[in-house]
Amino acid sequence: MTTMTLPPPRTLGPITRTDVVRYQGASGDLNPVHHDEPFATGAGFPAPLVVGMFPAGAMFAWASDWLGADNVRRVRCRWQAPVFPGDVLVISGTIAKMYEEGDEPRVDLELVATKQDGAVAVRGWATFVRSAS
Amino acid sequence: MALNKESLGAVGEPFELVVERGKIGELALAVGAKDLTRPVPTFFTTMFHWERLRPGSNPWHKVGMSEERGMHAEQEYVFHGPPPAAGTTLTCTSRIESITEKQGKRGGTLTFAVMVTEMRDETGALRVEARMTGVETEVAPEGTP
Repeated sequence: MTTMTLPPPRTLGPITRTDVVRYQGASGDLNPVHHDEPFATGAGFPAPLVVGMFPAGAMFAWASDWLGADNVRRVRCRWQAPVFPGDVLVISGTIAKMYEEGDEPRVDLELVATKQDGAVAVRGWATFVRSAS
Repeated sequence: MALNKESLGAVGEPFELVVERGKIGELALAVGAKDLTRPVPTFFTTMFHWERLRPGSNPWHKVGMSEERGMHAEQEYVFHGPPPAAGTTLTCTSRIESITEKQGKRGGTLTFAVMVTEMRDETGALRVEARMTGVETEVAPEGTP
């Protein structure tokens, strides 16, 4: 069985409003609750809520930088706690399972993005093909 | 207010998504990826741009989720082989896959709606399935707006 070494955790942040605006422009999700301060506070939030797909995207990019972007076969995430500008997230993961799918060696990962107060902001699950190298 | 159960099965107009090198790099930079040349696993969230160019393509609004009490709960992408590379033209179709209820831990009913978007390449092969789950709470949970 091939051994796999996890890369070190990746830090995201402190997240700025500019980071969020750049992400929203790139993704095309222009929901104003994520960048428009009066809109967000009017909706009862203390500040614009960081768009969830931003830390989720960063979490899965940590995995695809490690295992290869072409090797991803499935990702899924669930948001658990709100993130606001100024928060710092630490992205890390563990290997849940290594197996063969047909002839293809695969690995399942469990991923997490944790806030500075210890709360889990996003939890994720990913399946990658393990390349021969 | 409950979600519109009649939206179950609603299908949007097919829309085009061209996988572009510039957009791949832009989203990769935005999420802090090191590889800026290949799609990050959440790249196909950029379908937002393409839906906007094709009126009637997004059936999500038929679900009638509240702006105040609705939120993005889960997201999934399934890839049949490597994610489509720059230069691929995908034809995408979204449909409302399920609407289900469950009791919340802190009281009140949680209603989940799932929209799946199938993305097919020039040969008609299914390459990507995007599955978005939204949740609406019956009453705003304590401590959140």
